[in-house]
Amino acid sequence: MSKFKKKSQSSQDIPTAALPDIIFMLLFFFMVTTVIREDEILVEQSLPAAEDITKLERKSLVSYLYVGQPKEAKFGTEPLVQANDAFIRMDELILWVTQERDKLDEVDKNQMTVSLKVDKETKMGIVSDVQQELREANALKIMYNTPQLVKDDI
Amino acid sequence: MARSKNRGNQEVNAGSMADIAFLLLIFFLVTTQINSDKGLQIKLPPPLDPTQPPPDIKMKDRNIFKILINSNDQLLVEDEPLNDPYALRDMVHEFITNNGVDPKQSDSPQDAVVSIKADRGTSYELFVQVLDNAQGAYYKARGGVLGISGEEYLGLDAKKPDEEKMIDRAKDAYPMRISIAEPNKLGGQ
Repeated sequence: MSKFKKKSQSSQDIPTAALPDIIFMLLFFFMVTTVIREDEILVEQSLPAAEDITKLERKSLVSYLYVGQPKEAKFGTEPLVQANDAFIRMDELILWVTQERDKLDEVDKNQMTVSLKVDKETKMGIVSDVQQELREANALKIMYNTPQLVKDDI
Repeated sequence: MARSKNRGNQEVNAGSMADIAFLLLIFFLVTTQINSDKGLQIKLPPPLDPTQPPPDIKMKDRNIFKILINSNDQLLVEDEPLNDPYALRDMVHEFITNNGVDPKQSDSPQDAVVSIKADRGTSYELFVQVLDNAQGAYYKARGGVLGISGEEYLGLDAKKPDEEKMIDRAKDAYPMRISIAEPNKLGGQ
């Protein structure tokens, strides 16, 4: 036999042992950079973008209000306010603020921030109603939650 | 000696391990959202005391930059119609950095007030754009105090002592006085 026909001793399959490590790395990256969805959102949420936005310093002080048209037709087409998994009436907002504030530590109580996630189709009427109620409830720090506006470069 | 001959493939099959990791990854991708706690922050005025009459504040007309938005999303800025909300950025910037030069603009940044008044029928999207541009003008002016751009100003970290001093200095020079007036009810929903 000539030496060219000699069978190669090396194995032909690619080692895949590193693949799980790579996937785990991706997984850990996502686990660190994300939060688990807290509330089931019942209203439409496509937020308007803004350019000069600031970041909230402490997440634990933030309470969320969602405003928009309900996703399900049985709730009608008028924009509604959602807080903690359920729709909330305007006159319940002050009570809601009190409850949210009670969850915070004593020193942080006046640092509470209300983050408004308002759908862009909403009219200002309901937004300002919410603001008036928040003023009454002494929750004066509010934030209009918006994603970053990406400018089209010329 | 006999043992060492057959020592070639001893590895564990890791193929299914990758599948399990993928499954976990996809689960996390579906159930999570990327942290998006960013937006436009404002501070509301404290509630009025119903037993007291509303305070009578006298301000010179030149120190108020009036932005009105009607229910058809039309802008009226300083009594003149305006089509492009993005033009506001330069107008507000000019207004607050005037320092008494132009008699139609503000006396000083400390006296200047930007007043935004929307109608109940105004769309939230336009309101956010107007507020964004008004705040952007302030950030640009604050950055100008420190010799940096508005974006660089926003990138400063208040937790670092030297950068906190810079922020305080800029805030003193240009206190952000944006007033959001109660909307009127002309346009309805």
